[in-house]
Amino acid sequence: MSTELLIQYGVIPIIQILVVMIVVLTVVAYGVYAERKILAFIHSRLGPMRVGPWGLFQPIADGLKLLMKEDLRPSVADSLIFVMAPAILMLAAFSALTMVPFGEGTTMFGYEVPYVIADVNIGILAMLALSSLSVYAVVLGGWSSNSKYPLIGALRGAAQMVSYEVALAFTVVATLMIAGTMSTVGIVEAQRELGAWFFILQPVGFVIFVICMVAETNRLPFDLPEAETELVSGYFTEFSGMRWAFYMLGEYAAMIVMSCLAVTLYLGGWLRPFPNSELTAFLDVIPGPLWFVLKGFMFMYFFMWIRGTYPRYRYDQLMTIGWKVLIPISIANLFFTGIIILLVQAAAG
Amino acid sequence: MAAYLPIVFFALAAVGMVSGAMIAGRFLRPTPVQSRGKLEVYECGIEPRRDARQPFSVRFYIVAMLFLVFDVETIFLFPWAVQFQQLALFGLIEMFIFVAILLFGYFYAWQRGALEWV
Repeated sequence: MSTELLIQYGVIPIIQILVVMIVVLTVVAYGVYAERKILAFIHSRLGPMRVGPWGLFQPIADGLKLLMKEDLRPSVADSLIFVMAPAILMLAAFSALTMVPFGEGTTMFGYEVPYVIADVNIGILAMLALSSLSVYAVVLGGWSSNSKYPLIGALRGAAQMVSYEVALAFTVVATLMIAGTMSTVGIVEAQRELGAWFFILQPVGFVIFVICMVAETNRLPFDLPEAETELVSGYFTEFSGMRWAFYMLGEYAAMIVMSCLAVTLYLGGWLRPFPNSELTAFLDVIPGPLWFVLKGFMFMYFFMWIRGTYPRYRYDQLMTIGWKVLIPISIANLFFTGIIILLVQAAAG
Repeated sequence: MAAYLPIVFFALAAVGMVSGAMIAGRFLRPTPVQSRGKLEVYECGIEPRRDARQPFSVRFYIVAMLFLVFDVETIFLFPWAVQFQQLALFGLIEMFIFVAILLFGYFYAWQRGALEWV
């Protein structure tokens, strides 16, 4: 009995944590590399080429460099909060990743291994709640620096993140009405039962979700909080070395979380296109988790692509889009979805 | 509740990773003598004249208040959405009234210029 408990609460969590950390850190390191390469190609440049073949060891060199950088803490900064802020960002991103369903699960060494770490029945709500904790990292990081640029960046960041969170929540609710469950695994299963990924049933919702996703992660064209041309680098201006690295890591981890959320909610998680159709059955040669990862990378590429393509919004434009466009459309979408569901129910009898 | 334990483990691991890296970095990074100018906050090379704790635009407070109202609203929407197919027409009308009250306030705020930023 005690060995069972030890395995369940000791060995398995440690393995899971190690796997997720290694995967996330690798994806982040090579995500930064990929972003630099993609932006370079968009600009007709080569990007990092010096460290290793095609600059492939650049992320390792960058990591080592950041680890060996001097740790500066402004004398006027609120030191406790200044130290805590990057940790909050990591906490938000990592704990949200536990609810991501990568696949149906397998059996290994006689133990059932689900490809989701925490299959809780409020999965989507918990993911949204935990990932939005990152707004604390933005506000506390900017405020504790006791410097003017970070303060402006933090205020902008907080206002932007909470504004777009409202529209995001309303669109997610419309999807949950179709799925009838908040469990992340359940939502993917609902898409299998209906035979269609939810972005087909929720086209408007999908578009709003993608816009909000970019705004929530503070990426271009919504990167007002760190607008480097006006605010130096926004809320983490005073952070250097490893603390700065954790802010960058947190931003990438937030991108990963948002991509996973989008794949789960709208792109059918680990399912192939048209999961009930015989025509696409040959696509099952690609295993479920790989489907999930490929779709996730598609979103990651999308983040980098629009960064290279669009200019930054003005702050008043940003708030206008959030409050006057996205929120009314998402509420209308919610009730439109409700009416369609009722009509379908009535037609089915 | 056991299903929620991994979330706690991951939160602890994330904090552990940050503190671990900071402690490991302490042995690797240089610790030169800190001068007063170096520890000053960044203000494009000029000596900062005043503290950053100054009044800022009241619009940020308005956004925060509007957000609170909407966010509490969405919390009510989540369980409703999950049960929607059972609640059917009754649920839709009920929620429409609930949201309509909120929308009344929203359009009032809009009309009063709370959403203008210029």
